[in-house]
Amino acid sequence: MSDQMFVATRKGLFRIDRSGSGWKIAQAAFLGDSVTMVLPDQRDGSVYAAVGHGHFGAKMHRSTDNGATFEEIATPVYPERPDNVEPIRHPYKDMEIPWSLELIWALESGGADETGVLWCGTLPGGLFRSSDHGASWELNESLWSEPTRKEWFGGGYDYPGIHSIGVDPRDTNHVTVGISCGGSWQTNDGGDTWVCRSDGMYADYMPPEMRDVGHIQDPHRTVHCPAEPDHLWTQHHNGVFKSVDGGRTWTDVNAIKPSNFGFAVAVHPVDPNIAWFVPAVKDEHRIPVDGKVVVARTRDGGTTFDVLTDGLPQSHAYDLTFRHALDVDETGSRLAFGSTTGSLWCSSNQGDSWETISANLPPIHAVRFVSG
Amino acid sequence: MINVAFTDNIQRHVECPACAVIGSSVREVLDAVFESNQKARGYVLDDTGAVRKHMTVFVNGAQIKDRTKLSDPVPDGASVYIMQALSGG
Repeated sequence: MSDQMFVATRKGLFRIDRSGSGWKIAQAAFLGDSVTMVLPDQRDGSVYAAVGHGHFGAKMHRSTDNGATFEEIATPVYPERPDNVEPIRHPYKDMEIPWSLELIWALESGGADETGVLWCGTLPGGLFRSSDHGASWELNESLWSEPTRKEWFGGGYDYPGIHSIGVDPRDTNHVTVGISCGGSWQTNDGGDTWVCRSDGMYADYMPPEMRDVGHIQDPHRTVHCPAEPDHLWTQHHNGVFKSVDGGRTWTDVNAIKPSNFGFAVAVHPVDPNIAWFVPAVKDEHRIPVDGKVVVARTRDGGTTFDVLTDGLPQSHAYDLTFRHALDVDETGSRLAFGSTTGSLWCSSNQGDSWETISANLPPIHAVRFVSG
Repeated sequence: MINVAFTDNIQRHVECPACAVIGSSVREVLDAVFESNQKARGYVLDDTGAVRKHMTVFVNGAQIKDRTKLSDPVPDGASVYIMQALSGG
């Protein structure tokens, strides 16, 4: 099992190691600054951290010594808007969608045979790719030019954003991205062309005529099973959806308890029928159901769910788990998740029981294991 | 020459020493500054070249008006000060 994780928070990045005496914070970086995403790259051991400075913009950093020191690298920059392209206005708010980086929201490695290739999802909806360990970035013009982008909109943020990027381990030209609120999109040619793949998802937050429109869906988080990449899970604003055909169609998984709202989802690395969620009250409240922090787990592909509580606070707990703050290690046995109120829990038995690593961290944006 | 100084708060992230450059508009002045300090550009300006939403630029103690094209004139001998806009508590 993995004995190390990185935790990106609103006030810094923490590397947390497990030893004989338990979990301990071993490294802290960017103290006081918001770290919006972290990526431990198992291909070469690099650690990438996205920092969101309120005044000075989003920046990207890389560590080659496992988080002890970081060096600023290139930040994705939106290219100049051509004169013949009109700026897009938010479809429902009186504001223009900026042609400029607002937030780094997703960072993923390319394929195992593509060392140095990185994908980066951003607000206001641009997808970037680097082929040189982040020394330079290129906006994916095809997705940015997608005509339906004028109908994408922000969920929790004002602007649409790419939060999920899944690179198919069988074919690295096959990439799935999740956009809030722009639906699920796939490319089969490395990003030259894109197809919206949200069939089966529905949006009860829209007028009935638009409920089933693919490119206005709000997947909060999408993951695929690494060993069975055609099996995908999505925690959507309106529930949990799964796909067993590579994302072509999605099925509503309505058996989840105690609610079908949430942000995070993790799937077992080998068995696509095992997945975990952190449900909450939707969507005006966004607190745990009955003030109890629980993890919902299915082991049968979503037919039934266990509500896991052992070791988690069950009274007046108001921790919310953001979409990137739940992770499972490469064995599928160890999980960790963090909360908006700075609690961090870990399980070494697929969620049957949990231990508290900390209850005093800053609000947690992302939790990611380092491969053992 | 134009004397350009930066807020201390930016120095924690990127070194921005005070400097003297030539230019007759805010755009020309900032371009001259960032020519020798490329890393600092993205801390002050966004991807479109506009002043970041929570940054501000003063010329001889007066806040500039054109935050997008940076066309405000800068008289020879002026002092330009780049700082973060106060926000939050």
